[in-house]
Amino acid sequence: MDLKGQVHKFGDDVNTDYIISGRHKFKTLDMKELAKYVMEDLDPEFYSKVKAGDFIVAGSNFGCGSSREQAPLAIINADISAVVAKSFARIFYRNCINTGLPLIECDTDQIDEGDELEVDLQKGVLYNLSKGIEIAITPLPEVMLKILSDGGLVEHFKKYGAFNFD
Amino acid sequence: MGKTIAEKILSQKSGKDVKANDIVVADLDFIMGQDGTSPLAIKAFQEMQAQRVFDPARIAMVIDHSAPSPLEGVSELHRQMRSFAGEQGICFYDIGDGVCHQLMPEQGHVVPGNLVIGADSHTCTYGAINVFSTGVGSTDLAAGLISGKLWFKVPETFKFVLNGQLPAGVYSKDLILHLIGDITADGATYMAAEYVGEAIADLSVEARFTISNMAIEMGAKAGLMEADLKTMDWVKQHSTKSFTVVKADADAVYARVKEYDVSCLDPQVAKPHTVDNVSPIGEVAGIPIQQGVIGTCTNGRMEDLRIAAGILQGRKVKSRLIIAPSSRQVMLQAIREGLIEIFLESGAAVVTPGCGPCVGTHNGVPSDGENVISTANRNFKGRMGNNRAFVYLGSPATVAASVIKGEISDPREYLR
Repeated sequence: MDLKGQVHKFGDDVNTDYIISGRHKFKTLDMKELAKYVMEDLDPEFYSKVKAGDFIVAGSNFGCGSSREQAPLAIINADISAVVAKSFARIFYRNCINTGLPLIECDTDQIDEGDELEVDLQKGVLYNLSKGIEIAITPLPEVMLKILSDGGLVEHFKKYGAFNFD
Repeated sequence: MGKTIAEKILSQKSGKDVKANDIVVADLDFIMGQDGTSPLAIKAFQEMQAQRVFDPARIAMVIDHSAPSPLEGVSELHRQMRSFAGEQGICFYDIGDGVCHQLMPEQGHVVPGNLVIGADSHTCTYGAINVFSTGVGSTDLAAGLISGKLWFKVPETFKFVLNGQLPAGVYSKDLILHLIGDITADGATYMAAEYVGEAIADLSVEARFTISNMAIEMGAKAGLMEADLKTMDWVKQHSTKSFTVVKADADAVYARVKEYDVSCLDPQVAKPHTVDNVSPIGEVAGIPIQQGVIGTCTNGRMEDLRIAAGILQGRKVKSRLIIAPSSRQVMLQAIREGLIEIFLESGAAVVTPGCGPCVGTHNGVPSDGENVISTANRNFKGRMGNNRAFVYLGSPATVAASVIKGEISDPREYLR
């Protein structure tokens, strides 16, 4: 899978309330509707700025806070191709893999707002095209790769009816 | 090589001899979902083409995040939960029954040594009674509902050794805020916390829940304590389930160990907009407060209400005060003890047991520019439903003292 798009840069500790606020997420299961409010509390213009394929790039502990799966689903439905961060909070990390949102863990100090990125998930490399540099990606654990390659946890269970990592 | 509590419980539940960083598929003793997460889990359950849950006796769903429903859309999601719970015959708690993390231990669903998942990040609360419990998302919940299992990476453990006795007017909330301020919001990410020492032994089981509840605010997957006689008595009063307590080995291997002396700790306050932005009360006293909140899965239990009532009795609040007892049982007991009368006389609004004010769904959304002091566990920008408000976190005593003066205040001034 080859991903290409522009960077929207955020800082450390971006929590799930910022990704999708509690005042929206309890109302509906319509994720296209929720997507309009993604990152609203950090940048009210975010949804209108994003183009299909763009990246959210952040510092450490991205996705900390609540267990709401509406967070990765709202990001997916805002047509963000992947989230790139130095580290991710644990529940968010699992939720992304389960729902099929690619996560890229790497050093993000050399990525700035507006940079053009290209990611080759198979090769495990991120190219910062604007800066002409290549950044190494921390590989996902095997269990997560298996779930991602099945197309998420729903597809994994449809296929096997249970967890199957053998 | 010895094992931590996390390694022991995950070894037992997976039937394998595991250590930190191993990946296991383990059997779940109990599974819980609330109304912010269950509707998506039900959707995933249906998409996974499942018919029945693995064991209805080991599943509970709770309506607490928007209880009672403030909106038409929420009412429809609640209807879906009631219908699913009815069809599957699972344990169901409706509006007014309480906050999920109060109900799971109070109603005896979880006991020491258990492995539990809940689709709510504060599921780590039951670590206080020796349960390995952790928050998951809706799709993981659905997988658990179907198979009774979940995959886990066995966490490394961060051990907190808490020496000394907490001074008067300083509570378990102050202690955990201090720890989070010290190690920061990602200080224990991917790890289990183990809390040990004299300061923990001295606390009631109710006070211990506050500490385990906030493990997630330092990034931890679980907030574990050993079970002592207090724990065992408490559990036997609340559950008929049999259990075996799990102790860490003396030679267990820890990723980090940090010691604290709590005997000189001041009341602590987390300032906007992160939980790790913590100051002793002296640095924030005097900040004007428009609203106080006492309740939530962190501090809405009987002990919390008694502490608040002790300060509010015979006094009037200057700021608005919202009190949400953590369950129907807690509210009933508070009525019997005359605490609700004290709160109402003081000028507080007492609302339905639930999460509303903490999570910004209803029951106390602040207006632009207002300062709130709450006993909750999160103060993120917008958390209470308005991103132009400012949320401070403190103990029930600190909140009670602050609303009396209309500014952040040291509760030790009100000790009787």
